[in-house]
Amino acid sequence: GWVLGALRGGLAAVGGAWVLGAGACKGLQIPMARKTGTTIAGIVYKDGIILGADTRATEGMVVADKNCSKIHFIAPNIYCCGAGTAADTEMTTQLISSNLELHSLSTGRLPRVVTANRMLKQMLFRYQGYIGASLVLGGVEVNGPHLYSIYPHGSTDKLPYVTMGSGSLAAMAVFEDNFKPEMEEEEAKQLVRDAIAAGIFNDLGSGSNIDLCVISKNKLDFLRPYDVANQKGERCGKYKCEKGTTAVLTENVVVLALEVMDETVQTMDTS
Amino acid sequence: MNTRGLGSQLKDSIPVAEFSASGAFGGHDTLRRGFTSVKNELFPNHPLELSEKTFQLNHDKMNFSTLRNIQGLHAPLKLQMEFKAVKQVQRLPFLHSSNLSLDILRGNDESIDFEDILNDPLQSEVMGEPHMMVEYKLGLL
Repeated sequence: GWVLGALRGGLAAVGGAWVLGAGACKGLQIPMARKTGTTIAGIVYKDGIILGADTRATEGMVVADKNCSKIHFIAPNIYCCGAGTAADTEMTTQLISSNLELHSLSTGRLPRVVTANRMLKQMLFRYQGYIGASLVLGGVEVNGPHLYSIYPHGSTDKLPYVTMGSGSLAAMAVFEDNFKPEMEEEEAKQLVRDAIAAGIFNDLGSGSNIDLCVISKNKLDFLRPYDVANQKGERCGKYKCEKGTTAVLTENVVVLALEVMDETVQTMDTS
Repeated sequence: MNTRGLGSQLKDSIPVAEFSASGAFGGHDTLRRGFTSVKNELFPNHPLELSEKTFQLNHDKMNFSTLRNIQGLHAPLKLQMEFKAVKQVQRLPFLHSSNLSLDILRGNDESIDFEDILNDPLQSEVMGEPHMMVEYKLGLL
């Protein structure tokens, strides 16, 4: 089945993906595409860009991957967070990364974020939203830091702070409350961490850890995990029963006498 | 009939020859194509099928039209002549050509798309029958 990406304005809170024809075929259940159902966010701070993402991948109502990586490499100075269908975001970002590398070899210059944005939006528009990839693209180059959000149908926004995915509303609430332009690095990292944490704790589609990626002119920090917000619990006691817990009162052994009635040999054709 | 948009590219009729279920060169291969049905030939199975089939053509048309507006009629004319010349350089009928010059002219040599990764014709498991195809090409069949 084909999975439609989240439409702007929000169709439903559950990651916004629908399986085409699920209503039409009553008998056969089309296997769900592995969705990320995510919280991803990005901000522009004083020296550059900070991208953040959670690490849960879902397959319907089951967690498929407890620690998947949603921040993808595009260029040494450009990274992209992906929400939506996991395969779509993975393949799309890899394709654009390859194309950007070829392009920058051809021009002889460091790749620009706006180039990556243009390539992504042209490809997503060509496929009319059937490629379910919602992306947060950020990078730093000659013209400074740039942050874009890209929707599955191909529209893009250039903003100082963006969130995408099923937990985007929770994360955006945190941003709207606390964002200031020209923040310091530690303050900005804490803000992105809080936004992703809001998504993790208030949205079922997001969970596990928080990954951060700090991009600035002279350094790149890929912090995975930045914060392990959900530790798996420790077992407090043993639940096995020891031998001898149940007392044996009597024991009775009966030997079954069986006779061979008939024997047939079938040769295998091993030629 | 919708003359604008993709509706105009839907076929009204299918040639009868396509309905033979014999397989082999020139016939309908039931094993590989599935059962014949009028609906399958006329209506697309996926909304993007039509637009993807004609994507390269429309892309070229758009580029030529822009080029004509910017540089004048000579630019697309010269380029189309080069396209024609380069399309004639092919291998034997049953072998796939890399179309290197065509790719360079189109600018595809500097980009990677799904056609390079998925369903690469150079890695196809099926091949035309060499003898029959060469005989057909030479008119001996």
